[in-house]
Amino acid sequence: MGDTILLRFTLERFVGMVITMALVSVMVFLIMELPPGDYADRYAFRKYSGTGVNVTEADIEAIRRDLGLDKPMVLRYFDWIGGIVLHWDFGQAFAFETSVTKVIGDKVWLTAGILFATLLLTYIVSIPIGIFAAVRRGSAVDYGLTVFSYLGLALPNFLLALVMLYFANRWFGADIGGLFSAQYRDAPWSAAKVWDMMKHLWLPAVVLAWSAVAYQIQTVRATMSDELNKLSVTAARARGVPETKLLIKYPARLAINPVVSTIGFDVNRIFSELPIVAVVLGLTELGELLLKAYLDLDMNVAGAILLMLTFAIVFMNFFSDLLLAWLDPRIKLGA
Amino acid sequence: MIDATHQIDDLSAAEEKERERQLKYYSASQWTLIWWRFRRHRAAMIAASLLGLMALAGIFAEFVAPYGPVSRDTKYIEGAPQMPRFCDAAGCSMVPFINGTKTERDPVTLRAISVPDPEVRHYIQFFVKGERVKLLGFIPIDRHLIGLSPDADQKIHFWGTDDLGRDVFSRTIYATRTSLSIGVIGVLISFVLALIIGGVAGYFGGIIDNVIQRVTEVIRVVPIIPLYMGLAAAMPKEWSTTQVYFAMTLILGLFGWPTLARRIRSQLLSIRNEDYVVAARLAGARPGRIIAQHMLPSFTSFIIVDLVISFPYMILSETALSFVGLGLRPPSVSWGVLLQQAQSVRAIEQTPWLFIPAVFVVVAVLAFTVIGDGLRDAADPYSEAH
Repeated sequence: MGDTILLRFTLERFVGMVITMALVSVMVFLIMELPPGDYADRYAFRKYSGTGVNVTEADIEAIRRDLGLDKPMVLRYFDWIGGIVLHWDFGQAFAFETSVTKVIGDKVWLTAGILFATLLLTYIVSIPIGIFAAVRRGSAVDYGLTVFSYLGLALPNFLLALVMLYFANRWFGADIGGLFSAQYRDAPWSAAKVWDMMKHLWLPAVVLAWSAVAYQIQTVRATMSDELNKLSVTAARARGVPETKLLIKYPARLAINPVVSTIGFDVNRIFSELPIVAVVLGLTELGELLLKAYLDLDMNVAGAILLMLTFAIVFMNFFSDLLLAWLDPRIKLGA
Repeated sequence: MIDATHQIDDLSAAEEKERERQLKYYSASQWTLIWWRFRRHRAAMIAASLLGLMALAGIFAEFVAPYGPVSRDTKYIEGAPQMPRFCDAAGCSMVPFINGTKTERDPVTLRAISVPDPEVRHYIQFFVKGERVKLLGFIPIDRHLIGLSPDADQKIHFWGTDDLGRDVFSRTIYATRTSLSIGVIGVLISFVLALIIGGVAGYFGGIIDNVIQRVTEVIRVVPIIPLYMGLAAAMPKEWSTTQVYFAMTLILGLFGWPTLARRIRSQLLSIRNEDYVVAARLAGARPGRIIAQHMLPSFTSFIIVDLVISFPYMILSETALSFVGLGLRPPSVSWGVLLQQAQSVRAIEQTPWLFIPAVFVVVAVLAFTVIGDGLRDAADPYSEAH
């Protein structure tokens, strides 16, 4: 019985996820279509500018036909999304004169690495501190954390990145920006390279986690404060349950729920800040490539990345729904 | 009867005062009550005054800033801030002054650098004659709030100069106008959109609501800065600074509505079947009138809170976009454009004063957040005071 409910819940959420992804892909496609002129114009300009060849409207028209850009927009959308779904083919990246998939390459994994390092850091820091702040409500620590939260939300992330970079350079030497040391930058993947990346990952993780931590501490603190006033806590205390065990068993368990339900929100924020932070810290991952693609109007690359980032967020939403249903069985009954 | 009069006479002055106070309290309008409660929130009051000062400086930028946003001082390039002081080696004065500068060769690099010249004093003056500018774009003035006398052979740079010798203080003041006004217009646009979209969804419910909820969810799920960047990248390169400015406000406003729309929708849904709404409907009022006249007033204060706390997102987004070169472009000045010059660790080491605009960003964002908190506490004046 319980299994069928969980199965139905999973299925419902899965269908919802697919619908959202489909709508997102339409929106991303519209953004790709937005800049004036199309791929053929930019392709012709890039290929022939400076060569002395006089490009006529007919030439551009020919390129357009070759690439299938003369079709109506709806058909082009299905060509594009069909290529992605069926062949993992995101089209051509014109600034690099190769396929988008090649350009993106292993940057997906670097981005995933940054993302998970940031999420991990966020939860390791914010959950215990939020619980602590709620237990010691009104103390100096609690007050200090409130100030920190305000600052965490108000500091522009690029500024934070610059300041951190400055101090990191002063304290840990010059080789701190970016994701790899010089000798590993173009080296093939190896255990040493992964270890080198780990050593560089903490700085972007701290910068990106900053505002998420500020936000989550407040969430955990608020839920925890509510839960601490519940009768179940008083009853457990009356039964003589030791204080630490009591905290973990009753209110802390529930205080994690809002954090779990906002995982997708955190991923969204991290991806939102990523391009800017990447520029300052010199990270060579999707965010930085996205910005570069926008500046070059290389919309196939930009669209692919925007799609990947958003799909990751949608998937994390799905994941957090399931996780929450597992943590708090009341959820799936209500849904 | 006689007894009653006697009793009233017996009321002490203090009780009389208390009664008057209560009468005032009970007869005060909702907005007066909100104001009374907001006034008690000291942090929010300080934040509001700071923000007010900033807005004033921005509005009257031409008067407050000693120099124009693009005027160059070729004699003082990448110069350090010149802080007015009252004392130097030669003694003290009642009027603040700065020391003059003279050019010397750097002993190591042999580059020409400006160093303070303790021999010369330039006194700070108020309402000095300076560049001829148009206040608010149409009132010609040639007096500025603060500066050096026009006879002085140099200019004053409170917060130093950038690599082209432009005054950071003046540029920051002008940038304040741009950045704050983009926030205001952006918030207004998203407010109107939220009102329409959230209003339709919440009032009609059903399938319309479902469709709108789906679309809202799609917009909310796309990371906002990459989305803004995509729209900003589509702006034609040949657009004028004015066109770019309005396009930016439109972009920020066009996608800022989901949170507020959601709030309006859920509030409308919850009061949709209240007696007074049903009564209005039965009386034959149109949906637009019912929403605007009967439903919205019941939660206007909450909408205002949401509007105030959506400012920081607008300001931070604009700053971030301009910072990476996808938002406003020079010669426009906004906080983000100014911070573009401070993109490297080198800038922190050699010209840290270029980061002063960042202080404005942080203060503005903090101020809006604190005011939002204060308003939230005050928004429901009929609830128990803490």
